[in-house]
Order: sequence, then C-alpha cells, then structure tokens
Amino acid sequence: MKAQSLDFKINSSSALLDPDLKSALGNVKAGFIGKRGAAVALVPEWQRIRSDAKAVKDHVLEHLDHYLLAYEAAVQRNGGTVHWAASGDDLAATVVDICRSVGARTVTKGKSMVGEEADVNGALEAAGIEPIETDLGEYIIQLAKEPPSHIIAPAVHKTREQVADLFHEHHAQYGLTERLIDRRALVNEARTVLREKFRTADVGITGANFLIAETGQHVLVTNEGNGDLTSNLPRVQIVIVGIEKVVPTLEDAAGMLRLLARSATGQAFSNYTSLMSGPAREGDIDGPDAFHVVLVDNHRTEMLGGALKEMLRCFRCGACMNHCPVYGSVGGHAYGWVYPGPMGSVVTPAMIGIENAPELAHACTLNGRCAEVCPMSIPLPSLLREHRRTTFERDLQGARAKWGLRLWAAFARRPALYRLATRIGVSLLHRLGRSRGRFSRLPLAGAWTQGRDLPAPQGRSTFMQLYKAERQSDRSAERRS
Amino acid sequence: MAPDPDSASAATSRPRVGLFVTCLVDLHRPNVGFAAIRLLERAGYEVVVPDAQTCCGQPAFNSGDIRSTEAIARTVIEAFEGLDPVVAPSGSCAGMISAHFPELFEDDEPWRTRAKALAARTVELTSFLAGQERDIGATGADRVAHYPGVATYHDACSGLRELEIRSQPRDLLEEVEGLELREMEDTEVCCGFGGTFCVKYPDISERMVSDKAALAKQTGADTLLGGDLGCLLNIAGRMHRLGEPMKVYHVAEVLADMCDVAPIGAAVRNEGDER
Repeated sequence: MKAQSLDFKINSSSALLDPDLKSALGNVKAGFIGKRGAAVALVPEWQRIRSDAKAVKDHVLEHLDHYLLAYEAAVQRNGGTVHWAASGDDLAATVVDICRSVGARTVTKGKSMVGEEADVNGALEAAGIEPIETDLGEYIIQLAKEPPSHIIAPAVHKTREQVADLFHEHHAQYGLTERLIDRRALVNEARTVLREKFRTADVGITGANFLIAETGQHVLVTNEGNGDLTSNLPRVQIVIVGIEKVVPTLEDAAGMLRLLARSATGQAFSNYTSLMSGPAREGDIDGPDAFHVVLVDNHRTEMLGGALKEMLRCFRCGACMNHCPVYGSVGGHAYGWVYPGPMGSVVTPAMIGIENAPELAHACTLNGRCAEVCPMSIPLPSLLREHRRTTFERDLQGARAKWGLRLWAAFARRPALYRLATRIGVSLLHRLGRSRGRFSRLPLAGAWTQGRDLPAPQGRSTFMQLYKAERQSDRSAERRS
Repeated sequence: MAPDPDSASAATSRPRVGLFVTCLVDLHRPNVGFAAIRLLERAGYEVVVPDAQTCCGQPAFNSGDIRSTEAIARTVIEAFEGLDPVVAPSGSCAGMISAHFPELFEDDEPWRTRAKALAARTVELTSFLAGQERDIGATGADRVAHYPGVATYHDACSGLRELEIRSQPRDLLEEVEGLELREMEDTEVCCGFGGTFCVKYPDISERMVSDKAALAKQTGADTLLGGDLGCLLNIAGRMHRLGEPMKVYHVAEVLADMCDVAPIGAAVRNEGDER
C-alpha cells in the first residue's frame, strides 16, 4: 500500500472525531487488556519464559545466516522450495511468478503482515489473479478496500453495523440478500461464502509464526482454522515470511507459543496451532502437491546491523498496540502504513524510510507500557528515541523545533543565565495569571491551551529565589542571636 | 517557612541529602520544593540545594538532541558531586538520572563512571521517605499531616515503570489524618502529558487527559494527588477547562501538611500563595 505516514497529524486528528472509531476502539480495551492480564497472572513463571525467549531470539539474531541456511536445507529435504526476496517488490514478483507457473486463477490467503508490506494482493490482481482473504477480519477489510488497522485484529476499527452493510452489499452476488446483524449470523454467512472459495482455490498463501530450522517445519497460529484450509486444500502452498521468524528447534517455538497467544488475545493457546512441512508425502491424506517458502528481508538485515536490532525479536502479538494509549485514541489507520502502534512506529520508518514517516516516533508519550507488556522484552521507548535522534540529526522535525530546543538547552546548561531567565519568566507569568490561577489562552502556548488551561505559577518567584532569600534571613537571624 | 525547631542545633551532625528541585517545581510550584525540604528534615537530614542545578535534560533527550542532553547531564553531575543521596520530588526526573544518564556516556570513560555513581545515588522523594524508619510517636504530633478529603492517586509513568513507584506514596499517605484514598480505574495509564508530546500532538493529548479526568471523577474523590508536576499541570488544566476541577496537589504538599496554598491551577486565595 502507498504509505500515508507523512500525514499522521491530519489523519490522527480526523480519527479523533470519528465516533464509530471511538466505539470500536473501546473494544480493544475491553477485549484484549483485561484478558491478557488475567492469562499472564495464571503463569507464575511468566518472567522466566520471557527471558528464555529473549535469549533464544538474541542468539538466533547473532547467527541468523546459519539458522536460515539450516532451515532452507531442511525445507529442501522435505521436498519444498525456498525463495529469497530482498524487498517487498521481490516478494510480490515471486508470488505472482509461482501462481502464473501453475496457471492459478484464484488464491486463498491467510492473514500475513509481510503480504501487506509487499501489497501481494495488489500484485496478484494486477496479474489477473483473484486473491481472497480468509481470515474474517482480513476478509472484511478486503471487501471495504481498506488496509488493516491492527496486526492481529485487522478490522478492529469496524463496528458490527458497518460489517452488516458490507456483507449485505457484497454477498448479494451469492444469493445471500438478507441484511444480517447478529454476530453469529454474520460469521456463518462469511463461512458459507469462504467455504466455496477454499474448495476451488488453486494456490493457498499464508504467513508463518515460527520457522523451525532443525526440521524445516513452520508453525501457524489462527483462531479460525482458515490458515489450515488455506494451506491444505489448494494444490500449491506458498508461505511468505520475514527472515526473523526462524528459531532453532521446536522446543524453542514451544516456549514462545506460551507467550504468544496470552500476549495477543489472553488465550492460553490459540484455537489452531498447526505444524506443517513440505508438500504431501506418499500416503498423506491431505496437503499440497507443491510447497514454496519465500523468505523476505525487506530492510530486516539493515535493522539487524543497526540500532533497531532488538525490534527483530518481535513476533507480532499486538500487545504493545493494545496497551498503547495513543493507538487507543487514534486507531491504526492514522499511522499510515501496514504496522500501527508502538511496534509500527519503530518498524515503519525502518521499512519505508524515516523521511516518509518522521512523526511516528514522536507521537508517543514514552510512558513505557508497551515495553512492560512486550513478551519479547523489546525496549520500544528506547528504539523510538533512536528514531527521534535520527529525525533531530536530519532536521526532519522542522528547523523551528530544533532551534527552540537548542536555545532552551543553551540556558539549561548555564545555571546563572537560566536563573535570570526563569526569574523574569515566572514573574511575568504570575502577574498575567494570578487573578484566575490559570490561563485559558496565552501567546506561544496555543498548543497547550487548545484543550486545557495552563495553571499559572504559584507565586511571583522561582523556588531558587525564595530558597536563597530564606537562607539569607535564617543566617542573619543566627547572627543576631 | 519556619525551619523545624530542632534543625538548627543539630544541623552539622545530620546526614546530608542533595535536593534536585526539578525545573517544573522551580518555575511552577515552589511549595513542592519547600515541602520536600520539610519532609527530609523531619526524617533527620540536612538538606543541601546546589545552586548550579537547572533541569535533568529530559526535553532534549526525548527530542533526540543527544549533544545538548550530554551537556546538561554534565552540569547536573557536577552540581551534585559529593552529595549522597540525591532526592527529587519527581519520578520522571529521578528516572532520567538513574535510568538514562549512564547510557549517555557509553564511550566517555570518566563521565560514565560519574554518571553511574550519580544514577546509583539518586532517589525519588516518596521512595526515599518510604524507605526511612518512621517513628511518629516519638517525634511529636506536629509531624502528622492532616488533610480532610477523599483523594485519588495518579501514577506517573516514568516513576511507575523506571523506578517501580507504586506502593511508596500510598503507604505514606495512609498516615495522613483525615485522608481517604480511593483508587481510580486504569491508574497505570498515561495521562497524555508526555513532555513535548502534549504540545506536539495536542488533539491526542486532549483525548488522553480527558479519559484520565473522567476516571478520576468517577471515584467521587475531591482531590487528585501525584508525584510528578508535569502530569498534575496537565490533569489540573484539563479539569479546569471542563469546569469540573478537583483539588490537585503534589503528594509532597499533602505529606508535609503544606496545602495552605491554592491547589494547582486554582485562583490564589491568600497572601501565603504569593510568596
């Protein structure tokens, strides 16, 4: 998709005015935060699992080449084919090539954020191949022609009324003409439509949650079972996945699985956790004739060699955005590209260029709740500060902000000068504001006073002035006595 | 402010603490600084306020201006040389010094050692006081604070997550006579201040502080307390704008029995406020 991250400020302001979005975002809080908290509380060894998982992933990132080659060899042993995609465009081209080579007309797709990075659907459509999203949320936003607004709940911004309208509009072609509103009825209708698509698709594309270097398997986690039907029913299976998803052994993945669903949805385990490898072997009752994996870099190796390395531990659970008060206020679309919330504000500038998303790292209070809940212990606030450092050095936040900051810093490092300036400032502010105790409007403070009053300083003097005066009078009192 | 009756005579033999006033207290709320001094003196310390202090450098640090941050950090490190412990009435500023000063000087050996030493000596005020042995009975009834009212407590994010300040202020407030503490929902959620965030993204900040103000109001409390002036200015400012003000004070002002000045953002009501 075309990035809109440069317009974060405009997009977030209009998002705040959208009452449907506000009510939909209320569901994030109600649905995810409490459930995660309860699920984590039931695992006394949570912090240990967390630190073990971090250690495994840090080890893998130190030896990523080794584990990727081991995984490739294992996939080949299983009869599959491994493709390497340096960029999103490479990924899209590879997928289209495979689909063309088998004469595919329709493709079912499980939810894949890597697929969103590369706009695989757009590339397939351009090649005359119809992609059908099979995750319910992805299916809804595909009908609405919108990008996902959350990495595990892509249609979380949609209200039930809006979904009812979409289904009513798009399902008439299948003879389903009644406008349904009941949640279960809506799900059943989507199921009816998708079942036929599953049956007739030529190729199935999914992502993967973990790649197992030792065995060449991949782990796929869903709550709807759509990933399994997408993987097993078509004749050709394609897995598209970022290179950071590899782990050494099944045991390593098992530890991380204990973290993943609890962090994401508060489930101990997702409804479906499937292990798959290669094409169907002789005697297998199901499985594809051909199996392809596309390993995608798309700026990940740049992150690996730089200050954002720790971001590559991310396994895309969404806990950071669920607990982010900024995401909870503006929703995912305001971030303007594929990944929203704290992890998105780190990843997006790395993938589309910080000059195309200079605001994201700044649109954060650095309150740290994301890092607190991150199951992979990613120091998100520190990584956001890294981006801020880059935007400062490259003047991407505007010259006014930079020189304002420099001027303030020039005072802050010179205590005597600072005292003088603060004395004048406080005395002036106090005189202006003392009658009410606050300002509802003040020159140069418009951004503050737009939505709140500015409390006036307590008195006409700074603490330092008062303290010095008091010490002096104490001393002269001592001398007198 | 009158010094404690016994402070002058014993001053020389008392252990010393350095007070990092913080720039917001210096500018906006001197009463918090004097409250901190009173509390520390009552805990048996001689309080030293170095003249060369300004700000912890957080605005520069969080804006990505590392060079300015380093320069300011050096000023702070030098100002507090030889003082142990260093106490600040702010989890945010104390967190900046303890969690982030050392990382500024990773490749600058003499300064790294000094930064780490200051980081290790720096403590937030309520954490420091909660760690002191308290002997209220022996030191006289005048040391018990009184606050008639129902208060709710706002946890400031940096203190909460960088310094694990959660129970300390609440434990101290339990000893305040007449005060009932009533917790609000989502007390660990950010109020939307975020330093420069609140002026860079005023719309988002307003939504967040509105949510916070609504949750505080839901408790039925008449007072909101917290340990960080940034959050308190933000919340008080929003409540006044909505025309639904609660009395907003820094926790130190209540603990030191120094709520004789107008609450944050309220109109001045007596001479004492003017200082």
